[in-house]
This record gives sequence, structure tokens and C-alpha cells, in this order.
Amino acid sequence: MSTPLLKIEGIHKRFGGLHALNDVALSINAGEIYGLIGPNGAGKTTLFNVLTGLYQPDEGSFTFNGKDLFRQKPYVVVESGIARTFQNIRLFANMTALENVMVGQHVRTSASVFGAVFRGPKAKAEEAAIAARAQELLDYVGIGKRKDELARNLSYGDQRRLEIARALATSPTLLALDEPAAGMNPKETDQLKALMEKIRADGVTILLIEHDVKLMMGLCDRIAVLDYGKKIAEGIPEQVKNDPRVIEAYLGVAPE
Amino acid sequence: MDIFLQQLINGLVVGSIYALIALGYTMVYGIMQLINFAHGEIVMIGAMVTITCINLLIGAGVNLPGPLLLLAGLLMAIPVSMLLGYTIERVAYRPLRRAPRLAPLITAIGVSIVLQQAAMLIWGRNYRPFPQILPTTVHDFFGAAITDLQIAIVILSLVLMGGLFWLIERTKLGRAMRATAQNPDVAGLMGVNINTVISMTFIIGSSLGAVAGVMVAANYDQAHAYMGFMIGLKAFTAAVLGGIGNIGGAVVGGLLLGIIESLGSGYLGDLTGGFLGSHYKDIFAFVVLIGVLVFRPSGLLGERVAERA
Amino acid sequence: MQSKKQIITFAALAVVLAILPWAITGGFENGKSWLRAVDFALLYIMLALGLNIVVGFAGLLDLGYIAFYAVGAYSFALLNSPHLAAVLPAWLMHPPLLVMLLIAACVAGVFGVLLGTPTLKLRGDYLAIVTLGFGEIIRIFLNNLDRPVNITNGPQGINNISKVNIAGYDLGRPIEWFGLKFDTVHLYYYLILAFCCLIIFVTLRLQRSRIGRAWVAIREDEIAANAMGINTRNVKLLAFAMGASFGGVSGALFASFQGFVSPESFVLMESIMVLCMVVLGGMGHIPGVILGAILVSITPEVLRDVINPLQSAVFGERLFDPENLRMLIFGLAMIIIMLLRPEGLWPSKRRAREFHEHEEEAKA
Repeated sequence: MSTPLLKIEGIHKRFGGLHALNDVALSINAGEIYGLIGPNGAGKTTLFNVLTGLYQPDEGSFTFNGKDLFRQKPYVVVESGIARTFQNIRLFANMTALENVMVGQHVRTSASVFGAVFRGPKAKAEEAAIAARAQELLDYVGIGKRKDELARNLSYGDQRRLEIARALATSPTLLALDEPAAGMNPKETDQLKALMEKIRADGVTILLIEHDVKLMMGLCDRIAVLDYGKKIAEGIPEQVKNDPRVIEAYLGVAPE
Repeated sequence: MDIFLQQLINGLVVGSIYALIALGYTMVYGIMQLINFAHGEIVMIGAMVTITCINLLIGAGVNLPGPLLLLAGLLMAIPVSMLLGYTIERVAYRPLRRAPRLAPLITAIGVSIVLQQAAMLIWGRNYRPFPQILPTTVHDFFGAAITDLQIAIVILSLVLMGGLFWLIERTKLGRAMRATAQNPDVAGLMGVNINTVISMTFIIGSSLGAVAGVMVAANYDQAHAYMGFMIGLKAFTAAVLGGIGNIGGAVVGGLLLGIIESLGSGYLGDLTGGFLGSHYKDIFAFVVLIGVLVFRPSGLLGERVAERA
Repeated sequence: MQSKKQIITFAALAVVLAILPWAITGGFENGKSWLRAVDFALLYIMLALGLNIVVGFAGLLDLGYIAFYAVGAYSFALLNSPHLAAVLPAWLMHPPLLVMLLIAACVAGVFGVLLGTPTLKLRGDYLAIVTLGFGEIIRIFLNNLDRPVNITNGPQGINNISKVNIAGYDLGRPIEWFGLKFDTVHLYYYLILAFCCLIIFVTLRLQRSRIGRAWVAIREDEIAANAMGINTRNVKLLAFAMGASFGGVSGALFASFQGFVSPESFVLMESIMVLCMVVLGGMGHIPGVILGAILVSITPEVLRDVINPLQSAVFGERLFDPENLRMLIFGLAMIIIMLLRPEGLWPSKRRAREFHEHEEEAKA
């Protein structure tokens, strides 16, 4: 088997007395949609924050695309090709949809203060390219017509899409989505599913946290289950669904 | 050794005054996340009203012992400050409760300017001496000097702080204040009248400020229309040092700042071989503050707010 | 790209600005002191725009901003007065204007980074109080660094600062051109105006750039900005440095215009006034900030002239000290404007909309 795109091993994260992540290991292969499920408080979002550099893990190892990202700053993580969305949408509320996506390209562009002030041919071209790419991404997620709306005024579903567009603007290899379907109606969820499949088809690996088990089973290539900060199962959806430990974690009792 | 003790005592006296004022800042901040820039001016007005009142009584030929005269002055100054605090909140802050964050900061600055200038118009631009009505007995305390006034300042401060703790921890109003500080919307839903709580917070803070103002004036034998600014700044620094919004923090921060300042200005010359003298006293407050905040960004007793992603 | 209408407006504005000093000195009895006030207003516009980068764009509340003005002013003063001339190498003294301003901008920028580095972790009001402390520390040092080695000349300040010299013209002396007599106030008006325009231009360009967007992103949501790969530490430091360098340039021009500097010009109240300009005008909105700077700096001057006639008219005599009364009215005006327009007098359309939505939410 080829080396995985992302590989973490022995990750621990403690908050005071709380052992939020306890010896977590997982590996994600290029091109797959990898699901992460678990009851509330199982440590999914904490793991997400560790993988995107917002939290520094206490122990463990973390390599991505052959690069050591253990305890790296978020901007290094993003530069290496991991982008994310947030469970409780964190857009730049008073910027337009287009500007939000333009900010996403920060890490892939380089104009300095001098470039900004003198606006030479290079800076001008870069600025135009940023705007064009942003528009393209808005079209890609299906909200191209709303580019001049303030992010705060978009509908809930559109805000979720904008967050994905903004994350894609960083040109990631791995896109990490934290409950993107939360609060969506079935129709919106279906559209979202199609969008994720499209993103994968375009060569981006996806890490997904979601509560909607039906969506996960139909979408993910592999799923890991977290409970109390530990990985209790991992495998193809069918396996995970029938794993007694998973059922116990969700239902609180072992099946007979 | 006695110089050390002397500086420690001076620091304790000044520190307890800082603490009283810091309580006013921290209570308001805890409940509304607002820097009440005008609080220093309340302190100043408290001092001015007391001095005027004492002078009027003396002028009218009232022959009372000094401490009683002072008490009469205070009884006049406290209601004035309370009313002022209440009015400031009603007029300048309440309408802006849902406005952008900096808007109330600007009105606070506006109120501060207005009060300063009004004080100048009423009391003139010169220093007002504090009437010589208090006994000036000096006690010897292990080689250091301490006056009756200094003893009184420390004791009264401790009593007032104790009273405030009792109020906040044991009374219904205190509970309502704590609830509002936690989450005003939820407190409102639970039947707490937020407006009353906020008004009371200003009233209580202002009365403490007025007492502190009189202490400052008595301790330095003078008052001035601009005095509120620096003392307010120091007290606010103390509140931040202790962890703003935290009542205990204000007390710790105030005392600590007073002592550090006093010891620091006493020994700064020796420490730096005469390069920096005691005229750098005012820097201490800020250097200590920056130092503390760099290592403990939420102050000494402040809760570490883990930013949730 | 630009419409015809814009060009006409621009040209008209340029003409107005060009003849403004003559209208003022010609039209008023004490025109020169009015023009002086206008010159100061221009300096304040630069300051307000500099602070606007830090507060308005990046959302970092800075209450010690005047320190950078002080740093710029003292840089200019030390290199352009006899005070340290005996100690400093001769080649360093009296540098050409542009070099001097570059020095002032850089020194102030370095101070901005010095302030920024330890404070970047702090949020909101903690940052405010630390920056305030920083401003006070700078002022106290300026006040006391006259011993044991006399660097700043303490509270007396530094005198005999030379005027700017451009292409052989000494702006300290009246110059005759086209039959017009350009006094120092006129000359400095054009000089300061030129740099003011430059700073406006730079700010506009920065706002609509990758850097400007990164600042606003940090203001809006620092964690999200982080997660988008913005190096928030560096970008914030850049905001501090840029804001500070504007302050430095403004301070240098101030020192040379005024001819002397002392710590008294750099008290906390000045920092607060600059913040008021930014907030009263409309945070983050460049035209608003300019308006705020003009109003806050000119109003007290207007009141100075109006207050005594007004008192006599109302009370029949001079009841109150005019100095206090005008500041009192100024303070009241600040309160009233904020109560009526919490978003500032001239906010960006976007921000105004945002605020009124809040209002509607509150009503609902």
C-alpha cells in the first residue's frame, strides 16, 4: 500500500483534567472521503483542531504529504495543504462573499505592502487573478450570483457553501469539513453530498465530521469512530455500522 | 529595614485606595464589558464636594471635631457621586448597550471631559488644599512612621471591601449582579431586572469611588480637577492587573500595584545606580502591568478564557 | 475606469484645496492662526488614518497611539536642532526632507513592532490598557531623559528646530512667487497637504489589497483568519508598524512646523482625541475618518473664537472661563454625536447597514 496522505499516531491532548484525545492514530489516503463520527463530546472537533494547527497536541506524531506538521502553526498547516470549515460557521461576517473567498487565497499569494501601494503589473495581475479565482469558486459551490452579499446576510445553507468555497480557495490537498450538513434540510443535504463528491472527483481528499449517519454511510470510503477521546473502530462503513463497540458507544448498551 | 517597612506601609495605604477605585472599574466591566472612563472623575468629584462641604461648615462656624466634619462631608459627597454615576449610565451608556463596542467608550471619554471641565468651572483651576482638620499624630511602628489617617484609610478600605464581598456573595442583589455578569440575556429571562442591576452597580461603584477620592485628597492634602485622570488610570491598571471583572482581582491588583510602586520608587535609584530616579515612579504601574499580561494575558486572578474554535 | 463625474469632483476638490489657504488668510481677520489650525488638522488626518489601520481595519484597540507621533517628532527634533548637534556625527544632522521622513517613519515603525510583539496575544481591552501604558512610558521617558545624560532635554523640550528646506528654499522664510507672498503657514500647508494626500493614497491602496483584506479578516474573526492560513502575528505586527509609521511622519512634520517639541504635546488625552476622530468619523471608512479628524481638531478652535461673543450674548457678560467652557461643549458634542450616530458620522454604507440591522433586531 502506498504511504497515506495524512498520518497521525499516538496523539494526546489534555485540557486540565480532561483527556480529550487519548492515543489517537489514523491515516487518510489520497483521494478518499474519510468520515469521523462519535457521540457528542467524543473529541471529534478537538481532533479537527489538532489536525488544522489550532490546538497543539501534547504528544504524538503528525505527518502530512511527507511533511512533519507536529505542533506547527495553523498557517504552516494551511500552506501544506489542509483547509477546514467550522462546525459553528465562522465567516468574516461583514465582508462580502467574494471578499471571504479572496481572503482564502492569502496563503497562495504574495503581494506585500509595496505591491499593494505601487500596484505594479505583477501585483495588478495577482489581484485580478485573486478576484477571478474567487468568482470561479463561488460559482463552483453554486453561490456565484451572491458574490456581493455580506456573508452575514446569506442564508444558512449558503453560508455553509461559502465556508467551503473559502476553504477551497487555499488550494488544499485535504479538505476538513466539520458538520457541514448540520441544520440543513434533506434537499440541501443532497446538494451538499453532490458538492463533496464533485470536490473529491477534482482531486481533493476529504475528512468529514457528520452526525447524519445515513449521509456518512453513503458517502465515506472509510469511517473512524471516536468515543471518550479514543478511536474505538475504523473501517469501511459496513464494518463500522455492525461493530458492537460502536453500537455500545451510541446506545449505551452492548447488543445481545 | 525601616525604609523598607516605611515604603511598604505607604504602598499599602495607596494600594488600598487604588483597590477601592479599581472595584468600581471592575464591577462595571464585569457586567457590561465597558471601560468606564468617567470613574476617575467621580473620584475627583467626591473629593471636591467633601472639601467644599467641610469648608462651608467651618465657614458657618460649626464647631465639630475633625473626623465628624469629614464624615459630614462624606455624607454629602457619597449621594452626589451616586447620583452622578447613575445619571452617567442612564444618559451616556444605556442607549448604546447594543451599539458597536467603541461607541460607549467614546461617550465615556466625552463624559470624562465634561466632568473635568465642569469641575474646573466650579472649583477653579488651582489645587484645593484639604482642610487641616484631622489629627496629625504620628505613630512609631517598628521604626516606620504611620499616621492616624493612614491607619484609618487602610481599615476603612478593608471594611468597605468586606462589605462589598458580603453584598455580592450573600445578598439577592449580589446574586443578580453575578448572574448578569455571566450572561445578561439569560439573567433577564430568569427575572433579573438588568437595568436595575446595572444602575446599582454604578451607584455602588461610584460611592466607593467617592470615599476613595476623599482618601486621596486627605492623604495628599489636596485635590484638583485633573486628579481623577491619573488615579483612575492607575486604578484601572490595578483592575486589569488583577484580572478585570474579578472583584478579588481588583483588591489584589490594587494592593500589589500600590506596594510595587512605592517600593519601586524607593529603591529604583539604588537598583539602577542612580540612572533612573524616583521620578520614574509612574512607569512602574505600566511596566508591571505589561509584564504580568505578557505572561498571564488575563491578569493575575482572571479566568483563562480558552478560545473555543 | 473612473467616471467623468469622479474626475470633475476630484479636480474641483484639488482647486478648493489649492486656494483654501488664501481664502482663509485673505478672508479672516486672524487668518494666519486659522490657517495654522488647518495645518494641524492635516497633521491630525494623517494620525487618524494611521490609527485607523490599527483600530479600524485590524480591530486592535490602541490607546497609546500618540507615542508614535512623539517618536517621529523627537526623531526630527534631535536631527534638526542644535540640541545634540555637538554629539551626533555631522553627516547625520539635517538630512534631506524625504530621508528625514523615512527615518521618522522607520523609527516609529520599529517602536510599533516593539509595542506589538509582546502584546499580540492580548485581546480587546487588555490590549487597550497595555497600549495606553506604552504611550505613558514613552512620555515619561521623554520627560525624564534629561539626566544623567541629556537626550530629550526633559520637560523643557527641544527648541530651535529648523524648518524644512526643499530644493534650496527654506520654508521658514516667506517666499515670493507669482506676486504672491507665501508665508511659513502657507508653505507648510502645501507641504503637509502633499504628505497627507500621499498617506490617503497609501491607505486606499492598502485597504483594497491582500494585506488590507487580511487585516479586516483578523478584525472579523481571528480564529477563522488563522485557519485560512493568515499568519496573524505578522499581519497584526504589520498593522502596528504601518499605523506607527504614519504617526512618525506626521510627528516629524509637526516638529518642524511647530519649531519645538516637549512631552506635553504627547499626553494620553491626545491619543484619546485621535481615537475619537476615528470613531466619531466612522471607523474603517477613510472619508469618515478624515471628516472626524477635521471636526475634532477644528471644533475646539472654532469654539475658541465663538465662545466669548456667545457668552456675552447669552449672559450679558463673561461668566465662565472660555477655555473650560469650550472643552465642556466639545465633550458634550462628543456624547451627543455618539448617542445619535453610534456608527460614526460618515460610516461606510456597509457598516451603517450592519448597525441598523442590530437596531431592528433589538426592537424585534
